Amino acid sequence: MSLKLFSRGAAAVAFAAALAVAGSASAHRQWMLPSMTVLSGTDPWVSVDAAVSNDLFVFEHQPMRLENLTITGPDGAPVEAQNKFTGKYRSVFDIQLTKPGTYRVANVSGGMMVSYKVGGEQKRWRGAPADAAANIPAGATEVRKTMSDRRVEFFVTSGAPTTDALKPVGKGLELVAVTHPNDVLAGEKATFGLLLDGKPAAGVEVTVEPGGTRYNDERGEIKTTTDKDGKFSVTWPRAGYYWLEATVKGAADAEGVERTSGYVATFEVLKD
Amino acid sequence: MRIALPAALLTALAASPALAADLTVGIEIPRMTVAEYHRPYVSIWIETPDETAVKTLAVWYDTKNSKGEGATWLKDMRQWWRRTGRGLDKAAINGFSGPTKAPGKQQLVVPAARLADLAPGSYTLVVEAAREVGGREVVKIPFSWTGKGGKGGSAAGGSELGPVTLTIK
Repeated sequence: MSLKLFSRGAAAVAFAAALAVAGSASAHRQWMLPSMTVLSGTDPWVSVDAAVSNDLFVFEHQPMRLENLTITGPDGAPVEAQNKFTGKYRSVFDIQLTKPGTYRVANVSGGMMVSYKVGGEQKRWRGAPADAAANIPAGATEVRKTMSDRRVEFFVTSGAPTTDALKPVGKGLELVAVTHPNDVLAGEKATFGLLLDGKPAAGVEVTVEPGGTRYNDERGEIKTTTDKDGKFSVTWPRAGYYWLEATVKGAADAEGVERTSGYVATFEVLKD
Repeated sequence: MRIALPAALLTALAASPALAADLTVGIEIPRMTVAEYHRPYVSIWIETPDETAVKTLAVWYDTKNSKGEGATWLKDMRQWWRRTGRGLDKAAINGFSGPTKAPGKQQLVVPAARLADLAPGSYTLVVEAAREVGGREVVKIPFSWTGKGGKGGSAAGGSELGPVTLTIK
């Protein structure tokens, strides 16, 4: 997907970004980077950078739009982000962890993308599926529709890790914890599962990449594939922040609409 | 200092085996010549050989923080926090906490009564220090415990902790 996509105005950026990672192996990465993920004390705060970039975790391309931010508290109830700000290269927000336990912080985006040709010229349209018919010219050829969804998230814990906020939503591609995501240590193996619409997603390639791209010659990507139960494991080579990504491309449905589901999570790996 | 003990605790003390040993931990907190010095947070606990925390003996942290925010940095003692601290409520942490200690030789005496529920076996004493704008270090001393006494040991840190000793008698 070409970079020009992003120059078409801010409104299109969030959605374009959602498709960008799904559409190409060399695409930009979406991520949220919390100040920390393991906290103690009374009602501690966590502050978050959110961006779309090539390098991890450098904000150098586009801010992540915060319209679709959903924060789930340890009791399953929604939590409001505070001090939201969107700048040139990154968005920022804060969360106060007023209840002990684990919070799930997710940015879930999606919609329909239609590519088609009119008079030999390649065109693209993005939006809600219901608006597609009205926006695709009658004479369009080579019409290809894709429904896309992407969850970008991280987990943060005040006190002891809990699991209520980790319950699967049952929609799109998402992570299920075998190892708690805020209990990950350098040199130790962590095991997770992937679910697609609530069902185990087998045979899905998962990429794990450490932060610090800018200060290393190699990206240090770790690739693995989910087993028949949708499970996979990763052994973190060292402490630091990691980015995890997986994409599932589905076959076209009865109406010829293809499906792409993406998942991204940030992990903070600590030393023992 | 004389402390009035609740009746229940006195009963427990009386019921503890005759001549049961106290456990004394000596910790030297190094003097630092640095521009900005803060006394370290220190946690002292007992774990089994498989690294399961059994009992926290003491946590020295900024209990007198003027904004009441001292507990914010308990997680910087990250091994203690992960193995046991994060799962304890405020009351439990208050039960073994005290203010940070000055550089020099410090001592923690754990009376036999507090060890009454420690089953005989092999253990490790763990001391973890984390200092604001400084470093972090863990020192471990394996020891044996018979239920009434045992054999201590010593070890030494290289940065945030000096010599650490464990005496059982």
